[in-house]
Amino acid sequence: MENLVQTALQNINFAAIMPSLVLASFAMVLLLLNAFMKRGVTAPAAGISLLALVATGFASISSWNNAQFGFAGHVALDNYAIFFNIVFLIAAGLTILMSDAYLKREGYPVGEYYTLILFSTVGAMLMASGTDLMTIFLGLEVLSVSLYVLAGFFRGQLRSNEAGLKYFLLGAFSTGFLLYGVALIYGVTGTTNVADIGAFLSLNPEAVSNPLAVVGMLLMATGFLFKIAIAPFHMWTPDVYEGAPTPITAFMSAGPKAAAFSAFMRVFLVGLGSMQASWVGLLWVLAVLTMVAGNFVALNQTNLKRMLAYSSIAHAGYALVGLVAANEIGISGVLYYMLAYAFMNIGAFAVLVLAGKQGEDNLTLEGFAGFGYKRPLLGVLLTICLFSLMGIPPSAGFTGKFYIFAGALNAGYVWLAVLGVLNSAVSLYYYLRVMVYMYFREPTEDFSWIQLKIGATVCLILSVAGVLYMGIVPSGIMALARQALF
Amino acid sequence: MSEHLLSLMTFIPLLGALVVLVLPKGNGGLLRSVTLVVTLITFVVSLPLAMDPVFKTSAEMQYTEFAKWISVGDYFQMNYNVGIDGISLWLVMLTTFIMPISVLSTWQAVTKNVKGYMAMMLLLETAMLGAFISLDLFLFYIFWELMLIPMYFMIGIWGGANRIYAAVKFFIYTAVGSLLMLVAIIYLYYYAVGSGVAMNGFSIADFYNLSLNPELQKWMFLAFAFSFAIKVPMFPVHTWLPDAHTEAPTAGSVILAAVMLKMGTYGYVRFAMPLFPEALHHFMPWLASLSVIGIIYGALVAMMQKDVKKLVAYSSVSHLGFVMLGLFALNNIGVSGAILQMINHGISTGALFLIVGFIYERRHTRMISEFGGLSKQMPIFATIFMIVTLSSIGLPATNGFVGEFLILMGAFESELRWFAAVATSGVILAAVYMLWMFQRVMFGKLDNPKNQVLKDLSIRELCVILPLMVFVFWIGVYPNTFLEKMAPSVDHFVYQVTGKSPVVVESVVPACSSAHAAPAEVAPHHGDEHAHH
Repeated sequence: MENLVQTALQNINFAAIMPSLVLASFAMVLLLLNAFMKRGVTAPAAGISLLALVATGFASISSWNNAQFGFAGHVALDNYAIFFNIVFLIAAGLTILMSDAYLKREGYPVGEYYTLILFSTVGAMLMASGTDLMTIFLGLEVLSVSLYVLAGFFRGQLRSNEAGLKYFLLGAFSTGFLLYGVALIYGVTGTTNVADIGAFLSLNPEAVSNPLAVVGMLLMATGFLFKIAIAPFHMWTPDVYEGAPTPITAFMSAGPKAAAFSAFMRVFLVGLGSMQASWVGLLWVLAVLTMVAGNFVALNQTNLKRMLAYSSIAHAGYALVGLVAANEIGISGVLYYMLAYAFMNIGAFAVLVLAGKQGEDNLTLEGFAGFGYKRPLLGVLLTICLFSLMGIPPSAGFTGKFYIFAGALNAGYVWLAVLGVLNSAVSLYYYLRVMVYMYFREPTEDFSWIQLKIGATVCLILSVAGVLYMGIVPSGIMALARQALF
Repeated sequence: MSEHLLSLMTFIPLLGALVVLVLPKGNGGLLRSVTLVVTLITFVVSLPLAMDPVFKTSAEMQYTEFAKWISVGDYFQMNYNVGIDGISLWLVMLTTFIMPISVLSTWQAVTKNVKGYMAMMLLLETAMLGAFISLDLFLFYIFWELMLIPMYFMIGIWGGANRIYAAVKFFIYTAVGSLLMLVAIIYLYYYAVGSGVAMNGFSIADFYNLSLNPELQKWMFLAFAFSFAIKVPMFPVHTWLPDAHTEAPTAGSVILAAVMLKMGTYGYVRFAMPLFPEALHHFMPWLASLSVIGIIYGALVAMMQKDVKKLVAYSSVSHLGFVMLGLFALNNIGVSGAILQMINHGISTGALFLIVGFIYERRHTRMISEFGGLSKQMPIFATIFMIVTLSSIGLPATNGFVGEFLILMGAFESELRWFAAVATSGVILAAVYMLWMFQRVMFGKLDNPKNQVLKDLSIRELCVILPLMVFVFWIGVYPNTFLEKMAPSVDHFVYQVTGKSPVVVESVVPACSSAHAAPAEVAPHHGDEHAHH
């Protein structure tokens, strides 16, 4: 008995969950501190959150190339998890930077907002380092519950309420699918450990074609694809993204999406790798469907937030191409793309945050007429982000797409790559249209209400710096993404 | 110094753009002067290239520079790999030469947001030069795409009434083509790596050495050729051009016509044709047909235009058809003519757009019907316009004649005899639309009172247009200066696409015999894939 306890304790290895521990502790302390802080003052909370993220970043990086496994194979802090952790932390950090002035403007200066972002990041990190379906599920729930609240954070606004409720109902439903899938896979393989599932399936080839396993795989895919917003499970995205507070929209499109990708890829490549034949064709079709659905609907959006929401669906489609390729280049391409997308999309959202009036009714194409003349610096920075989203060099978006399509071509998916670039060509139109309004139309407003609040400005500058760095000298991060495979 | 000459030349404008960005916004004169000085410095820096005699004897890449850029293990590697041969030499020179002229032409035309305009011009120069000197396909692609951004803004912000439509159409047309080319580039790279070739990044020299099966060549060729055909532009993907050229501000039109269209033809010379010679032969009937259709169609549509600028734009479609026909002749004469005609078109059509700009700045209209009898009021302008018109038609002793003559000569000697016969009628049509337009604008009664007060060209305008006149006659009278330096590279190109060693054609015309008299050393570092032609 004593031996058992000892083994169990040895198996725990807290180093494997150190980043989550650090961040969760900070989040709980912050929650307490909020109770004592003056109402309406949130800057200290934002500062502490940023500090927490930096500390968590160090806790993650210290295990680079020195993978930690713990909790009897439930958690692994390997390079893969660390790379994703950094993506989440960057996304959360940039989001927090742009939030402070925004919360004041919109009339909800509440410190809990930051706590929730930190908790959702904890959930995301658990998903990336989860090597057991139960851990991944746990992470997903921590992430999602925080996000449900954040999406509906502006409780006085109908749109925000709608976003929160819609996200919650559909999210809960999709989690049900995921759990049911987990149950079926457990029924077939007798384990929920991802690596053990993989081992079982490769040792028992007949299990691969077992209808229960196939249905389980499909149900799990549904759960993940819902979170990533892959068509046809993307219907919730535009409404939720439009209704949620703008920084949260930026965060959701970068952080949690990457989190779902991280778990999805680990489960499907490590656990269900033997079933690749039965999921790769499906994902091929869904990738194309997603790119088409996202891009073509984005074409007629006149609200910029909604346009970016649809475009984020399309971007998830591009990333899925890398997973379909399922080779080293493609998968490390997905990792790289997640980081690139975090920079370019959050950068674009930061401009929206800065340019919005209270209530943000002015974030339409018309509202941006002549923006480039009245606010030249913001105009240029937004332009850089948009060119990156289009995939025009030299930008992170270009190198990222290049990386992913290189993966697809290397794996022989020529048509997928062709459809992918044609979709990017479609996306040119709606991104260019923003610039048409910004630069080719006469200003109708003087944009004098825009104040360059320090947080959002720093966020914007960091994002653009990231976009350009990854566009001009991408080798370093590409190499890291490459070392970050399982 | 000289080992970094190309980089220096390419990045001086970029540096200039950064300087322009920090200058005060209100001082238009200062901004224009700085830009002019930067483009002049670039031109001076590039001059030693044109004077270097090495191009007379060698088809090798000169002034090469190499540096590792992006390296991701075995996944891929991209290098900063640049250099020029006798073909890209002249396109580089054309670019550095046209840029100061374009900047000078904006002195009165551009008053809105001068700072942005000048920065865009300089960024564009860097992108264009970079594309011409790239010897790495990835690097080429970067510069190729980078060109779109400044031109998009130049058309969209400073263009005419229908500028937004024109700018977006320009961007999307070009980008669609290049995205497909990107897929082809990556595919080709992995094909090469997969077949065990040691690739030095996306080095074009390594790609030349690949042996590809005919089926693959066809697909790859289609992707490349489609992308470049949009840029040339070849019929039927030319429709962006009349819009873009007409709506762009004068300097934009000049750069578009003089340099950017050459990107497309240059793409054929450097990439599409030598990389996939078998596919080229396979598609030859189609390509030659489209070229000839472009020649005739462009000329016919030009004839019916009421707007001078649109007329010049459609004439470009026709002229570029000639260039393509010369390239597809696949012999020394035709290709030399085609490359010379690229330069000629840059000079003549550049000059025509400048001339249209001159009268537009005076009258704010470009409708032919608004003019008439201008020659009485503006004699110097009339003389220059006449010279440019004749050069565009291809009158002997002007540059246009030499180029078109060599092209048609080359085409008649090749398998494209019948295409050449049809194309010749394009020369006649060119005379019709150009002279008819000239007659309606310059001769007749000076009965519109608005035209009776027009002033003749100013000193600045003469400075803009006269340098171009020099080259109209220089190339027209003594084209050897240019032909002899491109000859080895042209021979090498012909060898690449046909597998035949250079044929020395004696005394076709005095001008071109000496260009080919000294048999060039063709570096036979070639794979044997062309041998069976």
